[in-house]
Amino acid sequence: MAETEFRRHRLHPIHAVILASALPLFLGALLSDWAYSSTEVVQYVNFASWLIAGALVFAGFALVWAAIERLRTDLPSHRTGTMYLLILAATFVLGFINALVHAKDAWAVMPAGLILSFVVFILALAAVWIGFSTFRSGDAQ
Amino acid sequence: MNAKVLFAAASAIVLVTGCGSESDVTQYGPTPTLPKQQRGLLPAMTIADPDNWGDRKPAVPQGYSIAAIATDLKIPRQTVVLPNGDILVAEGKGGDDAPVMRPKDLIAGFIKKKGTSSVKGGDRLTLLRDANGDGTYEGRWIFAENLNAPYGLALIEDRLYVANQDELVRFEYRPGQTRASVAPVSVAPLPAEINHHWTKALAAGADGRFLYVGIGSNSNIGERGMAVEEDRAMVWQIDAQTGASRRFATGLRNPTALAVQPGTGQLWAVVNERDELGANLVPDYLTTVREGAFYGWPYAYWGANADRRVRPFKEEMVRKTVRPDYALPSHSAPLGAAFSTTAMGVRFANGVFVGMHGSWNREVPVGYKVIFVPFGNGRPSGLPIDFVTGFQGDGKTFGRPVGVTVDPRGALIVADDLSNTVWRITPTAPARPSAPPPA
Repeated sequence: MAETEFRRHRLHPIHAVILASALPLFLGALLSDWAYSSTEVVQYVNFASWLIAGALVFAGFALVWAAIERLRTDLPSHRTGTMYLLILAATFVLGFINALVHAKDAWAVMPAGLILSFVVFILALAAVWIGFSTFRSGDAQ
Repeated sequence: MNAKVLFAAASAIVLVTGCGSESDVTQYGPTPTLPKQQRGLLPAMTIADPDNWGDRKPAVPQGYSIAAIATDLKIPRQTVVLPNGDILVAEGKGGDDAPVMRPKDLIAGFIKKKGTSSVKGGDRLTLLRDANGDGTYEGRWIFAENLNAPYGLALIEDRLYVANQDELVRFEYRPGQTRASVAPVSVAPLPAEINHHWTKALAAGADGRFLYVGIGSNSNIGERGMAVEEDRAMVWQIDAQTGASRRFATGLRNPTALAVQPGTGQLWAVVNERDELGANLVPDYLTTVREGAFYGWPYAYWGANADRRVRPFKEEMVRKTVRPDYALPSHSAPLGAAFSTTAMGVRFANGVFVGMHGSWNREVPVGYKVIFVPFGNGRPSGLPIDFVTGFQGDGKTFGRPVGVTVDPRGALIVADDLSNTVWRITPTAPARPSAPPPA
């Protein structure tokens, strides 16, 4: 019985790829923001804008997938799944706000953009961490 | 759990849209109120919702009448009245080469397009003629075509100068001509890379020796990097004979119309200032263009008020910034300026007409009218008077004024690039010496 519960919560391979794809894009945005804040070369913040937009596409799909999965699983106390969904939602919402901050012109992005990029990257890392470690260990029967 | 997600989304929406109110502040004149810089998560925007004029017409003061003298043009921008009374209209739309740098550029471009005419720019000059002087311009010819987004126009004796978005060119002009006889001759290349602000304003100096060209910046506040701002946001002086050009005044973000003051020969400009600092910041302005002066862009505005969005920042440029003469409402987008004459009637004899295209980046629209800034002792002297209004109504926008030109016979010519019309406003009765001021 426990085995089938675990199996139902295994991260689907495509879900895993989508989730994982957001992470390096958020990391790239963080590094680009850091480069802009230290060099004042405006092209870096343009990079960051596109990287955040790309990351949001993946984070958005992962969020929708996770939400549907969570609704289909009627386990009242699956805490890890709830945590995963919440962190993913926070990643997307803050990531979207970060995209709006990055739509400001030139240095108006700073310092909020750099701070948000850091926070969002940590959130995305946490989502990937929980998503992979918990679910995969569940898979190992 | 789902409630939490919903709450997070809802608070995000509140955060995004809940940016400040747009209370009225004094913006006309030499000492505008400058609020604190502010910018919400989403910039405030109200894009014009175009509609046809139908039976409507723009409103003009009592004692004046207005008529559409040409319709179905292809984006009319600026006009010039020729010595025989013919009117030349520059039609075009430039700036197509500006590359998309960020996701924002895609979205903003799409949104802003909704508030403009869908007609393709004509890249031509149209000549209008009223042969019998009855106020109907029955004659209409294409004077020249295959130009590149022509905007500024100036006539020096028998030479017609046209400022394309990339080049100043010259036509030989004979009075009465309805079509240019030969292709235009190049006078001087103009800065054209990217051409974010593409319009090239033009005015002829009083002695006819020099031409002045207004060149807009390549960005709002340097967000494309400062390398592309070389030779941008300034007024050039060009020798009409040799085509030699030099920087005349700098730091003018987007000098969209230039005019030479009769009598003094002083050069004036209307300038569109920077965005995303608030609904009432930074005021657009009307100013004398003083040789060698720096007017602030991008480092400062309205004197020494620093704008630290541009990096690397240059403190010394803040100190160099001179204050313009006369503030116009922020985001009102003045695109036309013309000195008046006594033929316009006593109330409007001494001053400058300013055509305001109207705002898009503030919640409550401003501009969308032609105002008259009264002058005394050669300087602006008091609050402006509305001269042509009624371009908006019932939430719709019927027209957007661009270039204004004073016909010395007693008429104001207004180009409208939304309804693709040229309007002509004339005094109907002999001007009364003591006309009461309007409300």
